Amino acid sequence: MKTKIRVVLAILITAFVIGLTFNYISTHNLAVLNPKGVIAFEERKLLFITILLSALVVVPVFCLTIFISWKYRESNKKAKYSPHWDHDPKLEFAWWAIPVVIISILAVLTWQYSHSLDPFKPLQSNKQPLHVQVIALQWRWLFIYPDQHVAAVNTMPIQINRPINLHITSDAPMNSIWIPQLAGQIYAMSGMSTKLHLDARHPGVYKGVSANISGKGFAGMTFSVPATNNKEFNDWMKKAKKSNNVLTYEKYNELAKPSTNRQVILYSDVDNDLYNKVIMKYMQPSNGNNMTEMDMNHAR
Amino acid sequence: MLGKLSLEAFKHDQIVMFGVMSMIGAGLLAVILLTVFKKWKWLYKEWLTTLDPKNIGIMYIFVAILMLLKGISDAGLMRVQQATSSGASEGIMSATHFQQIFSAHGTTMIFFVAMGLMFGLINLIVPLQIGARDVAFPLINAISFWLFVAGMLLINTSLAIGEFSAAGWLAYPPLSELAYSPGVGVDYWIWALQIAGIGSLLSGVNFITTILRMRCPGMKLMRMPLFCWSVLGSMTLVVSAFPILTVTLALLALDRYMGMHFFTSGFGGNPMMYVNLIWAWGHPEVYILILPAFGVFSEVVATFSKKRLFGYKYMVYAIIAITVLSYLVWLHHFFTMGAGANVNAFFGIMTMIIAIPTGVKVFNWLFTMYRGRVKFSVPMLWFLGFVFTFTIGGVTGVIMAVPPVDFQLHNSLFLVAHFHNMIIGGVVFGYLAAINYWFPKFFGFKLNERLGKLSFYFWIVGFATAFIPLYILGIMGATRRLNHYDASQGWQSLFIVAAFGALLIVIGIALLVAQIIVSVIKRKQNIDYNGDPWDARNLEWSTASPVPFYNFAVLPEVHDRNAWWDAKHKKHKITEPTVYDKIVLPKNTSIGFLIGVLAFMIGFGLVWHITWLAAAPFIVIVCLLIYRSNQENTEYTVPMSVIERIEKANKLKAQAS
Repeated sequence: MKTKIRVVLAILITAFVIGLTFNYISTHNLAVLNPKGVIAFEERKLLFITILLSALVVVPVFCLTIFISWKYRESNKKAKYSPHWDHDPKLEFAWWAIPVVIISILAVLTWQYSHSLDPFKPLQSNKQPLHVQVIALQWRWLFIYPDQHVAAVNTMPIQINRPINLHITSDAPMNSIWIPQLAGQIYAMSGMSTKLHLDARHPGVYKGVSANISGKGFAGMTFSVPATNNKEFNDWMKKAKKSNNVLTYEKYNELAKPSTNRQVILYSDVDNDLYNKVIMKYMQPSNGNNMTEMDMNHAR
Repeated sequence: MLGKLSLEAFKHDQIVMFGVMSMIGAGLLAVILLTVFKKWKWLYKEWLTTLDPKNIGIMYIFVAILMLLKGISDAGLMRVQQATSSGASEGIMSATHFQQIFSAHGTTMIFFVAMGLMFGLINLIVPLQIGARDVAFPLINAISFWLFVAGMLLINTSLAIGEFSAAGWLAYPPLSELAYSPGVGVDYWIWALQIAGIGSLLSGVNFITTILRMRCPGMKLMRMPLFCWSVLGSMTLVVSAFPILTVTLALLALDRYMGMHFFTSGFGGNPMMYVNLIWAWGHPEVYILILPAFGVFSEVVATFSKKRLFGYKYMVYAIIAITVLSYLVWLHHFFTMGAGANVNAFFGIMTMIIAIPTGVKVFNWLFTMYRGRVKFSVPMLWFLGFVFTFTIGGVTGVIMAVPPVDFQLHNSLFLVAHFHNMIIGGVVFGYLAAINYWFPKFFGFKLNERLGKLSFYFWIVGFATAFIPLYILGIMGATRRLNHYDASQGWQSLFIVAAFGALLIVIGIALLVAQIIVSVIKRKQNIDYNGDPWDARNLEWSTASPVPFYNFAVLPEVHDRNAWWDAKHKKHKITEPTVYDKIVLPKNTSIGFLIGVLAFMIGFGLVWHITWLAAAPFIVIVCLLIYRSNQENTEYTVPMSVIERIEKANKLKAQAS
C-alpha cells in the first residue's frame, strides 16, 4: 500500500514538472528552435536529425538499464545467475556495429552540412547581398554599411529576403557574434577578419549577443537586428543619413574606449577604410608602441 | 623589496572577506585542535613526512573534499547572482567579481577537486591491485602531492591577498594578456596551475612506471584489473598532455612578465595558437579524469553483480582507443573560430568516433549486470546515476560535435550543462562511488549506507534540477558567464529553478560530509573484520582492513583476472606463509613537504614580482635535491617480528567476525 502511494506521488510530481516545463517552453521564445532565417532553419533541422539518431541508442540503453537492474536485483532468486558468463561474440558484435552504423550516418551528414553551412560560404540568391562590417569593441558592437556609408552602434538593421554578408573583426579581446534566430555564431578576433552569411525570412527584431567573455562589460554586449522590408529599411537609412555624427578615425578611437553604455548611435558618414584600419592596427609592427600604450589605457 | 605587493591587496568586499575569514577560522581551529589533542607529532610523522602512498592518497582526497566545499560555494554564489540579476537588479556582486568566481570555480573543480580525487584513488588502489608494496618512486610521489597542495594554497591565497583571474578557467588571450588583465589575478592562475601541473606530470611518470614494472608474479597486463588499465591510459595522457600545458602557461607568462608577444593581439602574436595549445592539453585532460572513473565502475559493477566483468578484452581495447582518439578532437572546442569546413568536419567526425568505444563500455557494464545478482549498495546507485547522466552528456556531446549545430550551441548554457553532465555525471559520480566502495579498505569500517543513499538522491535530483534548466536556457540563446541579463529575455524563472537545484546539490554534499562523520562516530557498527566486506574480486581485498603499511606480508601470485575471487572460489588458494620475509620500505622524509612550501613561496614571489622570494627558494630546492641524491640509507627493513605480530592480530580479528 505504502509503495503504491509512493509510486502515485512520484508519477504526479513528474507529470506536474513536465507540465510546468511545457508551459514554460510554449510561452517563451526558444530562439534556437524558432529560426527566422535560412541558416538558422537548416541548423535546427540538423539539430533534430542528430537528436533522433542519438535517440536510437539512448532509448534502448535506458530501457535496458531499467530492465536489467530490475530483473537481476539480488532479491530476485528466480532470475538466471551465470557468474562466469563474460563473453558473447554475437552480442559484442552487435554493440560495436550499431554505434558504428549510426556514427557513420552522422559522419556523412557532418561532412555534407559542414560544407553547405560553412559560415564563410555566401548564400545563393539573385539579389545583391547587403554588406556589413562588424567590429567588436569594449563593450559594444559597431556595424558599418560600407556601400551606404553609414554606421550604427548596437543595432544592425537588415532587409528581409536579402543575403547579408558580415565581415567581422575585433578591437577588443575575442568576442563571438551570435544572432540565434538568424544564424550560429562566429568569433570576432583582432587583426583578423571572419565572415558570416545569413538572411532573415520574416520581419521582426532579433536579439544578438556576444557569446565569448571579453571583460567586465561583456554581459551588456547585446544588440538588436531589426529585419524589415525594403521601405522600412530605406527609411532607416534616411534617418541614419540625417544623423549629425560622422565616424572619422579620430571619432572611432573615442568610440573604441571601454564603455558599458548600451545606447544606439547612428553615423551619417564613415571613414571609407575604417574596417581595414582597425585590422591593420594589429598587423603593423611600426604602430606597435602606440598600440601597447593605448591597450594599456583600455584596461584601466 | 615587496614587488607589486601593497596594502591595496588586502582590501576586499564583504563576500570575499567572509570567505577569507572562514578559511582563516578553519585554519585556526585546526591548529587549536592539533595543540589540544597533542597531535603535532602525529601530523608530522604520519602525514607531512610520509612516503606511504596510502597516506598520501588519503591526504589527496582530504584536500580535494575541502576544495569541493570551496568550489561548490563558488557555484552557489554564481547561481544566486544569475537568479537575481535580471533587468534593473544587478544581483549580489559586480561583473568583475562574478567573473573571478566562475574562473575560480572551474579551475578549482578541475585541478584541485577532480585531479585530487583521481590521484588520491590511484595512490590508494593501484599498488594494492597490482600486488605491490609501494609506488616506483615514493619520494617523487610525495613531491607531486606537495606541489598539488602548493598550487591549491596559491589559488586560495588569491582570495585574501590581491585578486583572482577574471578571464575564465582557461584564460584565453588576449583577455588574459597584460593589456586587458593588468592585475595579479591571471598570474595567480598561471603559477597555481604551473606548480600543480608539474606535480601531475611527475605523478604520471611515477604511475606508468609503477604499473609497468611493479606488478606481482603472474599479473600479466591482460590480467590487470580494469581500474589499473584505465589508470595506465590516463597516465599516458598525463605524460603526453601536461607538457603542453606547462609550455603554454610558460609562454603566456613570458608575454606577461617579459613583454613578449606569443599570444598578444599585435606584434605577430597569435591568440588562436594559445586556444589550440590549451585545448590540445584540455581535451585529453577530460579523458585523464574520466578514464579512471570508468575503471572504478568496472570494479564496482562486477563486484556488486557477483559476476565476472563482461567483455574484459574489449574494455581494454576501448580504453586504448579512447586514449589515442582523445588527442584528435581538440578543435571541437572552437569550431566557431572559422577554421574552414574541411577542418571542422574532420574534428567533428573524430569526436563522434570516440562515442563508439565509450558506448561499448556502457553496454559491457550493463551485460555484466545481466544474469548477475545485483546488490544496489551506494556505489551501485552511483553507477546507475552515472549511466543516465553520462549518457545524456554523451548525446549532447555528439550533438555539438556536428559543427553547424555547434555554431548555435557553443558558449551557451547548453554547453555548460553538457560538460557538467560529463564531469559531474561521469567523473564526480565515479569518484564518489569509489570513495564508498574502497573506504573500508583503508579505515577498517564501512560508510553509513543510509546517509550515502540520501546523499545520492539529493545529488541526482539536484543535478537534474540544476542543469535541465541550463539546457533550455542555452536553446533560448542564453550565453554562459553572464553576470546580468535583460528582463525581456524571460530567463529568470529558469535561473531560479537552477539555483534551487544547486541548493539540493549543496545538501547532497553536506550529507556526504555527514556520512563520513557519522560513520567515524558509529564505526563499531560497520567494522570490516575480514578485509573483504563486499565479497569482491581483486587483490586489494585480499589484505586486512585497514591495510597494513607494508600492504602484503608475502607478495601474492596471480593466476586469473579476478585474482582474489579466484583464490576464494577455486584451486589457487593463497597459501598461508609460516615464515615472513623481511620487507624493505622507504624511510619518512620531510623533503617533499619542504619542496611544497618552497614551491608556494616561488609562486607567491612570481605573482607579486618579488624577485628574491622567487629566486631564493628555487636555489634551496636545487640544493635539497642534490642533498637527497647523495643521501644513503633512505630505506629501512621491517623486522619479521613486527610483520608476524600484525598478521596474527589481523587473523584473530577475521576469526572474531
